[in-house]
Amino acid sequence: MDTILFELAVTGYFVATVLGIFDIFRGGKQSSKLMISFAAAGFAVHTSCILYRYVVGGHLPVTSMHEATSFFAWCIVLIYFFLEFRYKIGIMGSFTLPIVFLMMLSAAFLPRAMAPLSPALQSNWLWIHTIFAFVGNAAFAVAFGVGIMYLLQEHYLKSKHWGGLFQRLPSVQVLDDINHKLINIGFPFLTMAIITGSLWAENTWGRYWRWDPKEVWSLITWFVYAVVFHLRLTAGWRQKRAALLSIIGFIVVLFTFFGVNLLLKSVHTFQ
Amino acid sequence: MNILVIGLNHKTASVELRERLAFNGPKLEEGLLKVRQLSSVNEAGLLSTCNRVEIYLAVGDRVAAAEAVIDFISSFHNIERREFEKSLYVYNNSESVRHVFRVASSLDSMIVGEPQVLGQLKDAFDFALAKKTTGVFLNRLMKKAISTAKRVRTETRIAENAVSISFAAVELAKKIFTELSGKSFMLLGAGEMAELAARHLVNSGVVDVKVANRTYERCCELAQEFCGKAVRFEDFVKELVHTDILICSTGAPSYVLLKDQMQQVMKERKHRPVFLIDISVPRNIDPDINKIDNAYLYNVDDLQEVVDTNILGRKKEAAKAAAIVDEEVEKFAHWLTTLDSVPLIIALRQKADGIKQEEIEKFKNKFPDLDKEKMQAVEHLANALTNKLIHHPTVALKENAEDREMITIVIKKLYGINGDDEQ
Repeated sequence: MDTILFELAVTGYFVATVLGIFDIFRGGKQSSKLMISFAAAGFAVHTSCILYRYVVGGHLPVTSMHEATSFFAWCIVLIYFFLEFRYKIGIMGSFTLPIVFLMMLSAAFLPRAMAPLSPALQSNWLWIHTIFAFVGNAAFAVAFGVGIMYLLQEHYLKSKHWGGLFQRLPSVQVLDDINHKLINIGFPFLTMAIITGSLWAENTWGRYWRWDPKEVWSLITWFVYAVVFHLRLTAGWRQKRAALLSIIGFIVVLFTFFGVNLLLKSVHTFQ
Repeated sequence: MNILVIGLNHKTASVELRERLAFNGPKLEEGLLKVRQLSSVNEAGLLSTCNRVEIYLAVGDRVAAAEAVIDFISSFHNIERREFEKSLYVYNNSESVRHVFRVASSLDSMIVGEPQVLGQLKDAFDFALAKKTTGVFLNRLMKKAISTAKRVRTETRIAENAVSISFAAVELAKKIFTELSGKSFMLLGAGEMAELAARHLVNSGVVDVKVANRTYERCCELAQEFCGKAVRFEDFVKELVHTDILICSTGAPSYVLLKDQMQQVMKERKHRPVFLIDISVPRNIDPDINKIDNAYLYNVDDLQEVVDTNILGRKKEAAKAAAIVDEEVEKFAHWLTTLDSVPLIIALRQKADGIKQEEIEKFKNKFPDLDKEKMQAVEHLANALTNKLIHHPTVALKENAEDREMITIVIKKLYGINGDDEQ
C-alpha cells in the first residue's frame, strides 16, 4: 500500500519536475499551473503515504534512511507550497521541485522495510528533535532554490541581458526577502534541533555531546547559517552574498544528511 | 453596401504630404460633412492624426464613391491628384474591415502596440456619430474594431514591456524593487528625458523625492513640480545613502560619481540595493559602479537596448494579434454578407405570402359557405406549406457559403423574383 503511494508520489513529482524544467526554457503561465497541479497531486499522495506509515508503524516515519529522505522531501514541498501560495511566483517550482524529485528518487533506491523501533529511539524526543531538524533543513533547501533564482536575476540585471527568465523572475528584492525569511525560519529550527538533540542524548546516553560525526556536521551547518544570519544583521550581507551563502549552506546540509549516513559511522546512521 | 477605406499613413506618405492632407481643427467637421454629402456616399467617418489620414465609408457603388472622395480630397486641400494618389490606399469590404481592425489594435502603428491610436479612432467615430454621418455599417464596424483591439490587448503581450526609455527605467526599477511605493528617489540635474522618467517614477508611487541641481533656482522649481525637496548639488553623494533610485542627467563633462564614493555609500546604506540611471551624455556616473554588488547602473544606451528588445518582442506578438484580427474580420464579413441577402429574403417571403393569399382568396370564392372552423384549418395548412417551402432557401441565403452568389441567382430565377424587387 505505502509502496504504491510512494511510487505515485514520485511520479507526480517527476512530471512536475519535467514540466518545471520545460518551463525554464520555454513556458508561460499555463505550464507553471500544470506543474503546480502535478506537484500538488504528488504532495497529496505523499502525505497519505507518510500517514499510512505513521499509523502502521505507530511513530513518525523517520527511522530509516528511506523514511527520513522521504519526510525531508515532504517538508520541502510543504514550504514550497506555502511560499507559492503567498507570493505566486510560478517559476519557483522549477527551482525547488527538482530537489524534491531527486530526494524521492534516492529514497526509492533505499530499503523500504519498516523495522521495529530500536529502544534508543522510543521517546517523545523523536518527534520534537526530527521535526525541528527537518523543517529547518527543508527551509534551507528552498533557500537554495531561491538563492539560485536570485543569482540568475541578478546576473540578468547586471549583464543587461534581458532574455530567458528575466520577465518571469520576480525582483531581486523579493527573492532576497524570501531568502531572508527562510533563513530566519531555518536557523532557529536548526538551533532547536541541536538543543533538543543534545537533551535527548543526555536523556538516553547520559551525555549532551559526544562528537558524533552527525553532531559535528550539524554544528558546521549551524555555523554556516549563523554567519548568514549574523552578517545580514550587522554588516549588511544581504542580497548576493546571502544568496551565495544559502547555496553553500545547503550543500553542507546535504552532506550532513546523506554523506554522514552513507560515509561515516554515527549514532544517526540507520541500520 | 460596401465598406471602403481611403487613406494614407506613415508608411505610404511623407510627413509633408500628411501635413498637407490633414484635417485639423475646424477642417475635420467641414471635411466630414462634405464627404457625407457626396451623392455616392451613405456613411462616412474621418480620422486625422499625425501618422495617418483615413476616410471610412459605407457606399453603394464603390468605384464611383472612391473617385468622388479622391476628387474631394484634391479640391478640399487644393492639391493635384497626381501629387498624392500614389500614396493613397483604397481598401474595400473585408480588406477595409481588416485595415480598421489592425489600426484599432495598433498593428498598423509606427510603434506597434502603442495605445493612443485606439483612443484617436474612438474619438473620430464619436465625432462622426455626433455629426450623424455614420449609420448601421460604420457603427458596427467601430464597435467590432474596439472589441477586437481589446481582445488583442488581453490575449497577446503586444502592449506589455516598455517601448520608451522613460518607461523602460520604471520597468527595470520594478525588477529590482517590485514595489516602488515607499522608495526614495533623487533627480540629479535636469533635462526632458530625465524629467519624463522622474514623472513616471512619481506616478508609480515613489515617495521622498529629492532634486539636486547646480543652479539653485532650477532646483527649487523642479522640487516644487515633483513635490520634493531641494538638495544642494555638493550634498548629493551624502543624500545617496538615503536614496533608492537616482536619475542623473547633468551637463558635467566628466564623472560626478566615482566608484570609491559609491562604495562608501553602499557601506553606509548597509548594501541595500540602489538603482542608478545615467541619462547624461557624456556619462556622469563611473561605469565601474555597476560592478559593485547591489548597485545597478544603467546608462542611456542600456535603456535603449531594453526598448529595442521589447520592440522586437512586440513584433513577435503581432503575428498572434494578426490571427485574432483575421478571426474577427471573418465574423464581420459574415455579418456583411448575411446583411446583403436580407432584401432577397424579404422578397422571397413576400412572394410566397402573395401566392398564399391569392390562393386562399380563390378558395374562399369557390366555397363561400364553408364554416369558420374549416376555413381556419385551410389557412393553417396554407401557412405551413409556404413556411416549409421557403425555409430551406432562406437558410441557404443566410449561410456564408462560397456558392452564395450562385444560390442568389438560382433562387431569383426559380421563384421568379427579378432584380428590381430587391431594392
